[in-house]
Amino acid sequence: MTTLAPAHPRIDWSGMVLALLLTLVIVGPLLVVATWAFTEVWRYPNIIPQQFGFRFWGQTLGRPDVWNALILSLRLSTVVTLLSALICLPAAYAFARMTFPGRDILFFSFLAGHAFPKFGLLVAIAAIFLQLDLIGTFWGVVLIQLVGTLMFMIWIPVAAFQAVDRRMEEAARDVGAGPLRVFWSITLPQAGPTIAAALLLSFVGTFYETEGAWLIGAPGIRTMPILMISYINNQMVIQYGAVLSVLLWVPSFIALMFARRIIGGGAFARGFGG
Amino acid sequence: MSVLNIAEVTKTFSGGTNAVDRFSLDVAGGELVCLLGPSGSGKSTLLRMVGGFEQPTGGRITIDGEDVTHLPPERRPTGMVFQSHALWTHMNVFKNVAFGLRLRRMPAKQIREKVEAVLELVGLAGYGDRMTTQLSGGQQQRVALARSLVLEPKILLLDEPFASLDQHLRERLRDEVRDIQQRLGITTLFVTHGQDEALSMADRIVVIANGRAEQIGRPDAVYRDPKTPFVAGFIGLMNLIEGEVKNGHFIRSEFTTPLPIADGPATLAIRPEALDLTASNAPTARVHRVTDYGSHGLVDLDLADGTRLKSTVANLDLFQAGQGVGLLPRAVAAYRENQQIYRS
Repeated sequence: MTTLAPAHPRIDWSGMVLALLLTLVIVGPLLVVATWAFTEVWRYPNIIPQQFGFRFWGQTLGRPDVWNALILSLRLSTVVTLLSALICLPAAYAFARMTFPGRDILFFSFLAGHAFPKFGLLVAIAAIFLQLDLIGTFWGVVLIQLVGTLMFMIWIPVAAFQAVDRRMEEAARDVGAGPLRVFWSITLPQAGPTIAAALLLSFVGTFYETEGAWLIGAPGIRTMPILMISYINNQMVIQYGAVLSVLLWVPSFIALMFARRIIGGGAFARGFGG
Repeated sequence: MSVLNIAEVTKTFSGGTNAVDRFSLDVAGGELVCLLGPSGSGKSTLLRMVGGFEQPTGGRITIDGEDVTHLPPERRPTGMVFQSHALWTHMNVFKNVAFGLRLRRMPAKQIREKVEAVLELVGLAGYGDRMTTQLSGGQQQRVALARSLVLEPKILLLDEPFASLDQHLRERLRDEVRDIQQRLGITTLFVTHGQDEALSMADRIVVIANGRAEQIGRPDAVYRDPKTPFVAGFIGLMNLIEGEVKNGHFIRSEFTTPLPIADGPATLAIRPEALDLTASNAPTARVHRVTDYGSHGLVDLDLADGTRLKSTVANLDLFQAGQGVGLLPRAVAAYRENQQIYRS
């Protein structure tokens, strides 16, 4: 009997080395931060900490500013994501399915926000916000963070809507559904998984956004990542920053697990036209 | 009585080309009419105008006397089956079929009964819980058919419904669809580019080219008596020979045959089965290839100027490549300026 595959598949050494390197570069730093979060004493030149413990967790979580920042960050991300969906999804549908003058130019203009050095753009916007009394306010930060979500929330849903088979929509019209009903019952569910991916990216992206939140929000608005930066910058105790970092993993980790369950690998790729 | 009336319908696309050009057709109740034509002939555009997916630029479409020309698809009593099935992949079979009934706010119990009945009709009883992606191509097409039939449309529109299926399945499904169509007595407009489908299923065939009806008639009539050279060449195998008529004889290269029409250029049409081959001392054609199709044999012939002809023969052993033969047409038709002017 002959088979095409050898009985003992050869080990792909170059692949192994590559995987190992990637692991080292990606997981290594995460591991160090995680270790610090559960460390009470770790002095040079020891390779592993002398004393593990949860003391700094208690101290960090006992601080009211941490809780305020967490709740604020969740509120901000939720509001920004919802607003972004409200604005971008109809726009994305229009870009995907309708023809109107200036369509292509408008479409590419959503990239423009990402074509400039972001900080320069933010400073310019901050100057305008200053006159509008939006500096240091919740809605000021919401507005600035909306800009950051536009690209994801337009480009990915446009690809999603374009990928929906026109015949499916026509078949729904044929059995008696009006245009709105077709959108609700056919187009949206078909594009759903990819749009969910875009929403998730927006949420996570907003949650971790620092430049806009800091420039527009300071000093009144302190989001989780900004709090973390200030801990790392101003406090000599490494563990505060480390604990917060580990805490900040949690939402993105949950989000990504959730995404994997409901979306599956293909949707992200499809969202980018893959 | 005519259920569907298409009157002088024209569709001009933005480029200025006429996809459909002043097309008229009457379809009687319970009739199955095939729109047959090559790709790009406008047959699908015509069907989509009846379904309401395209707007005609001119003309009128009426169903049961009601002018539907400008009604959107959801307000027309038509049901369309698409070539790509166009099933909703996020719903199971039951929901696909029930969707239209739910839109009509039918009570759930009644919906269940109707959906089960129609699934039984298309041979998919018990498949309601399956996701459409778990079905084979043929089963998907049955679901698409059920989805249209359950709404009891006045007119069923089929847009190349079997094009994506393999040969065997296609033949089986077309018999089934014809059975169902006749049992329900549902008026049907069927688009295809496959003449087998048209000849085997249709009550009448409309041969379309360049957006116009070349010929409308019963399948046997269209096959036996094609009214234009296009129809002659499109339906079945046909030898179409361009030549000259002089003194009552058609002449092409060394091939001549009596043709009692006025002198001038003409196109002669001979079916392979109506072209007999004879042993001849002065052969007019040479055998190029002999092909055995099991049930019959087909001989490819070349005239002296290279014109290729085909002849169906019962006994293949009599012929071999390179052999010279005489040609004896048993039945011919002749065309001049796109019109049939003679038929034997």
